Amino acid sequence: MAFDSNDNKRWFSGNEAIARGAWEAGVQVASGYPGTPSTEIMGNLARYEGVYAEWAPNEKVGLEVTIGASFAGVRALATMKHVGLNVAADPLFTAAYTGGRGGLVVLDADDPQMHSSQNEQDNRNYAFAAKVPMLEPSDPSEAKEMLKTAFELSEELDTPVLYRITTRIAHVKGVVELRDRPEVAPGSIEKMPGKFVMLPGNARMRRIEVEKRMATARELAETLPINRVDDGDRTRGFITSGTPYNYVKEAFPEAAVLKLGMVWPLPEKMIREFADSVDELYIVEELDPFLETHIKAMGIDCHGKDLIPNQGELNSFIVRKSIDPASIGDLFEPLELPMRPPNMCAGCPHRGVFYGLSRMKDVFVSGDIGCYTLGFLPPLSAMDSCVCMGASVTIAHGMSKALGKEGEGKLVAVLGDSTFMHSGITGLLNAVYNESYATVIILDNRITAMTGHQNNPASGKNIKGEPANAINLEKLCEAVGVKRVVVVNPHDIDECRKVLKEEIASTEPSVIISRAPCVLIPEEIKRKKPVYSTNFDNCTGCTACIRLGCPAISWHPLTPEEAVERGYTKKQKGYAEITEVQCNGCGQCACLCKFDAINIREAN
Amino acid sequence: MKQSGNILFSGVGGQGILLASELTAYAQLEAGFDVKKSEVHGMAQRGGSVEAHLRYGERVYSPLIEPGTADILVAFEILEAARYLPYLHKDSAVVVNTQKILPPAVAMGKASYPDDILDELTSRGINVVALDAFAVAREVGELRTANVAMVGAMSNFLSVHKQAFLDVIDTKVKEAFREVNKQAFELGRKLVYS
Repeated sequence: MAFDSNDNKRWFSGNEAIARGAWEAGVQVASGYPGTPSTEIMGNLARYEGVYAEWAPNEKVGLEVTIGASFAGVRALATMKHVGLNVAADPLFTAAYTGGRGGLVVLDADDPQMHSSQNEQDNRNYAFAAKVPMLEPSDPSEAKEMLKTAFELSEELDTPVLYRITTRIAHVKGVVELRDRPEVAPGSIEKMPGKFVMLPGNARMRRIEVEKRMATARELAETLPINRVDDGDRTRGFITSGTPYNYVKEAFPEAAVLKLGMVWPLPEKMIREFADSVDELYIVEELDPFLETHIKAMGIDCHGKDLIPNQGELNSFIVRKSIDPASIGDLFEPLELPMRPPNMCAGCPHRGVFYGLSRMKDVFVSGDIGCYTLGFLPPLSAMDSCVCMGASVTIAHGMSKALGKEGEGKLVAVLGDSTFMHSGITGLLNAVYNESYATVIILDNRITAMTGHQNNPASGKNIKGEPANAINLEKLCEAVGVKRVVVVNPHDIDECRKVLKEEIASTEPSVIISRAPCVLIPEEIKRKKPVYSTNFDNCTGCTACIRLGCPAISWHPLTPEEAVERGYTKKQKGYAEITEVQCNGCGQCACLCKFDAINIREAN
Repeated sequence: MKQSGNILFSGVGGQGILLASELTAYAQLEAGFDVKKSEVHGMAQRGGSVEAHLRYGERVYSPLIEPGTADILVAFEILEAARYLPYLHKDSAVVVNTQKILPPAVAMGKASYPDDILDELTSRGINVVALDAFAVAREVGELRTANVAMVGAMSNFLSVHKQAFLDVIDTKVKEAFREVNKQAFELGRKLVYS
């Protein structure tokens, strides 16, 4: 009998649990932009009956959509990764003044350790800065249940509530118990201009409400069951929240722990009483000394970041080692091994463009966020900057203004179709308006690939995979005012290089759309593709194909004796081989081979 | 019967590690354990080193295995077995697929794939069981069952009855692939015994 076939228990990731929790909380509208580790929440939520879920082009749009749903009186959920909240910060800070009608929860997924992110900002600071409550669960089961508390608080306090998870909740699987969804009422229009129209006169009135509400929230925090004490040995007491709670329980199972489910505002009385009851107080938290700073501001003496690292994610080992270094036994030392960094897939269309750029050493490549950021890695090494979503276009433009004539023919921005939709468009508008000469390359692979293949406004499909309006990128760029828009097939290496040369040399704004689908989308996986194989007799060991960095091609070094034995000249240093099971048939390597050593084998 | 334990899965993105860890987790759940598992998604998945941590017991808090506490390492590639040495202890069992996937630096001729790297584990007293999971997969006629052959081999080191694994395959694997996966599981399991 299967574990999950006979009762209401399921084995869910944190993200699956949160999607279920949103459904159980009666959420009716949800919007978000994909971002690791938050992505699977929206993908899962879209499968539940009675919930409208969508992919928004960016996090600001997503949050505003959910504010609208809240104004219409229904419960709504916005989802994003930590850096997405930077994009959505503008609506968040003012929605804190308006409040809403239906409960509004803003799910924020932080990524300590930067498993798949460009920074590891601690978004608890946003709760303090925006003056909104923040809840933080510790595991998938709690992530589902506590979400309902978040919606209740949002309605009771008339405020958006931030709900913070981290990678080790989003992508951790655990046992959860299913519950039902209550009956939900449909939305309605109710005009509340004093509350919803934030011009200064109204905003000043709402500002007062914000302070009143936070005072109420502080009182509530003292009695909320999500803030609780696990009784235990009081020689050492711990205050913690979120994922680090688990590490404390493993590292110091006997100790008393004050577990905070609400990390802002803090229950001061509860914290004081707990602090008074223990001999030594330890604050265990990932990233910033957020709790520690506020607890110290209460005049309470404690250990925190004097012992625990403020960078990277924690685990029970780090917690134990930081507090009790003597308890750590000997460990096997790591071996020196070749690293295995991530790489663009075999047959990835981005590779063709980056190969072309890698041959243009004078060109500065302003990059962006996506799989294609891997174009930075050797052997292509064709990316010179990457800051945040959409910044490729604007940084290239800024450099063009700093360099003037000196930079002509040397500046290019590279970003994906989804990133262009997210925040590249506004940068392109600026580039046209303010007359940039930088070339913008849109790597259009029809999908948001890095986060696991979500559809976007250019894909022609919605979140459920149903047909949807597809933005025409060429027409959009033309409408913005770009006169030079060229579409190129990145697998055609020679053509791609020719277009790159022409457009980068141009002194007016130009856009190259590199168009070929991601090899990992289902249609491409199913498509019958040619398989390339190596004709070893013809290989001269020139390494032209090796310089693509394709994972399906490997280099076999030879000694002079081995070379002669294989029928090569003794000067030949080795030969290349295509691993046929890995080949996705893009043909880029065959374009580069001048010796007819790479040919199509019978199509499989 | 062992009441708690830590199983670490390692390999290269695309080798089927998530499914292997998933089957193992379900088998442990059916045996009545609390189970937590941690994975990585996103950029890390693009052909890089991939790991999944699985912990089971009466009540599991942390989803992450501490260094020096992995009871079993299921490595889908030789280098990816050696890389996780700091997670092992002298009584650990390592089930390793003898496949070699060249890391980029090696494929480009800038570094070499270390020879006899598994000796580094055995010389420290670690029990290393090496098997050719692809040979098993070829034998059952479906290359994509190599990961389940690995689960079969690993299952010898767990107290969970083998039927629990077969039941999980019945409920979690698409019908068309059930039989080949069960065969791969059984063959992998026998390889370690013999």
